[in-house]
Amino acid sequence: MLFLIAAGLTLIFGVMGLINLAHGSLYMIGAFACAAVAAATGSFWIGLVASLAAAAAAGALMEVAVIRRLYERDHLDQVLATFALILILSEGMRWLFGSFPLYLDIPPVLQGAVPLPGGGQYQLYRLAIIGVGIVVAVGLYLLISRTRLGMRIRAGESDREMIAALGVDIRTLYTVVFALGAALAGLAGALVGALQSVQVGMGEPALILAFVVIVIGGIGSIKGALVGAVLVGVVDTMGRFLLPKLLALALPISQANSVGAALASMLIYIVMALILAFRPRGLFAGQA
Amino acid sequence: MMAGVSRETWISAVLVALLVAVPLAATAAGEPFYVTLATRIAILALAAVGLNIALGLGGLVSFGHAAFFGLGGYVAGIFATHAFNGAPLPFGFAATTAMPVIWLVAIALCGLVALPIGAISLRTAGVYFIMITLAFAQMIYYFAVSWPDYGGEDGLSIYVRNSFPGLNTAQPLPYFLLCLGLLAAGMVLFWCIQGSRFGAALEASRQNATRLAAVGITPFGIRLAAFVISAMMTGLAGALFADLNRFVSPSMLSWHMSGELIVLIILGGKGRLFGPLAGAMVYVLFEYALGGITERWQFFLGLILLGVVLFARGGLLGLLAGKTRHG
Repeated sequence: MLFLIAAGLTLIFGVMGLINLAHGSLYMIGAFACAAVAAATGSFWIGLVASLAAAAAAGALMEVAVIRRLYERDHLDQVLATFALILILSEGMRWLFGSFPLYLDIPPVLQGAVPLPGGGQYQLYRLAIIGVGIVVAVGLYLLISRTRLGMRIRAGESDREMIAALGVDIRTLYTVVFALGAALAGLAGALVGALQSVQVGMGEPALILAFVVIVIGGIGSIKGALVGAVLVGVVDTMGRFLLPKLLALALPISQANSVGAALASMLIYIVMALILAFRPRGLFAGQA
Repeated sequence: MMAGVSRETWISAVLVALLVAVPLAATAAGEPFYVTLATRIAILALAAVGLNIALGLGGLVSFGHAAFFGLGGYVAGIFATHAFNGAPLPFGFAATTAMPVIWLVAIALCGLVALPIGAISLRTAGVYFIMITLAFAQMIYYFAVSWPDYGGEDGLSIYVRNSFPGLNTAQPLPYFLLCLGLLAAGMVLFWCIQGSRFGAALEASRQNATRLAAVGITPFGIRLAAFVISAMMTGLAGALFADLNRFVSPSMLSWHMSGELIVLIILGGKGRLFGPLAGAMVYVLFEYALGGITERWQFFLGLILLGVVLFARGGLLGLLAGKTRHG
């Protein structure tokens, strides 16, 4: 899941050299579109398609209206403009849908659990999300390294003027890339929407996590996003589970629990700070 | 720097006159609410002046200054709570409600925290700097949320506003004057830095770090000093803000707050002495005016901000006063 958001973001970030804080809003749009359409039609699958379409459309619109003016600007302007977009989109969604959370049901095909080797049970739906993540990872890899579009994306990444001079419509290309990144965010939003409630502001924690993932992995590297996502997920979960137990060896139980919880929620940021302190450009830098 | 009295000076003078005159008039008219509004402006402006040292002069886009704002707030809150309960602070210090002590502690603490954060963050540049400062702020945010002793997610109330010798701080007007005095002090400090050799080196580090290194000044030390000073000033503003609201919560530490502080500077005009003040005035008045009309004021704030970023690059002061600075 995290990988899906992060992959979309890193695509935009690395290829277009743009900080997009509004990526979390696209994630939110995807979730809302899926919830609304699924409620109207009764089918999760139509909702899923709608979420992809809505997020991609919103992304393309954003790119044409606002983002296009920002490529030449410095990062400060990009941060601010997309921060403004967050305010607009969050309030706009609240306007449209109200502040009550919506709920999405897991489609019947994917309900239930699968037994794991070793006796545990794992929800089928979560397994499906992991599957989608893998498919997207392979798909993106193939898209970028094997197709003509991917070739152009890579060329645009290394030299904007040159590829424009060679007759490629760089503006349209960027819009497409942005929409693709947006669609990935929307897909992630829709998939997660079935696990959590769909509400305004759901995008922001996800956004910050995605940034952590990207920065750890190295900006613009899909491989980095994958490794970063796994690393963040594992560190976070293990930290929450293990830290209180570890501290319990040294401290009284109640104190160990609260200190452990505090430390665990800081843990991924500590990891990120450590990685940046020693490898200031992330783990897989150099491909961007 | 400027020949004669420029338009920027005029506008700034009008802003200051407004900020001083309105609360006095409001007190005379028995409308303490507007005094509180003006106090809010003064405090946010102080925080933004602090950030402006790093961001405007040094070009260090710190997306984590809420960390220092919130830390300052928590210092005020924790001192007040301990004094209220009569419990001593850690390390055996007696808690006090005297503001000067609290301010000093807030400033010192923010300086101490900013030193390692700055030292690590400044190893990176550009986007990575933005992200790593954000990461540190989030670290402190989550720490505050999950630390139950001081309210955790619910925040911490200050039952009685902390005191200042010789002034009745519970009254709106004296407290406003206090904040105004500190804002003035902060702006004088900013002005001194801007005109000093240190300030010149700082601006040079923004414009061309390589060249600065070539004339024999290491950018790292200059930037770190600017970052720490900037954090200290923002921390002081945080302590004032907590006392104003008599409440401190993790939301003062959140990344939204960091964003707001940057917004204040950009609205007003970055790197300008009066930019943060103009930005804070516009922001607070806007919040108040639109908040009265519609609940959706953030929507319009977003639109305006977008407009300023895209079309008015020097901020409002830049729009009104013309371009007076480079870079």
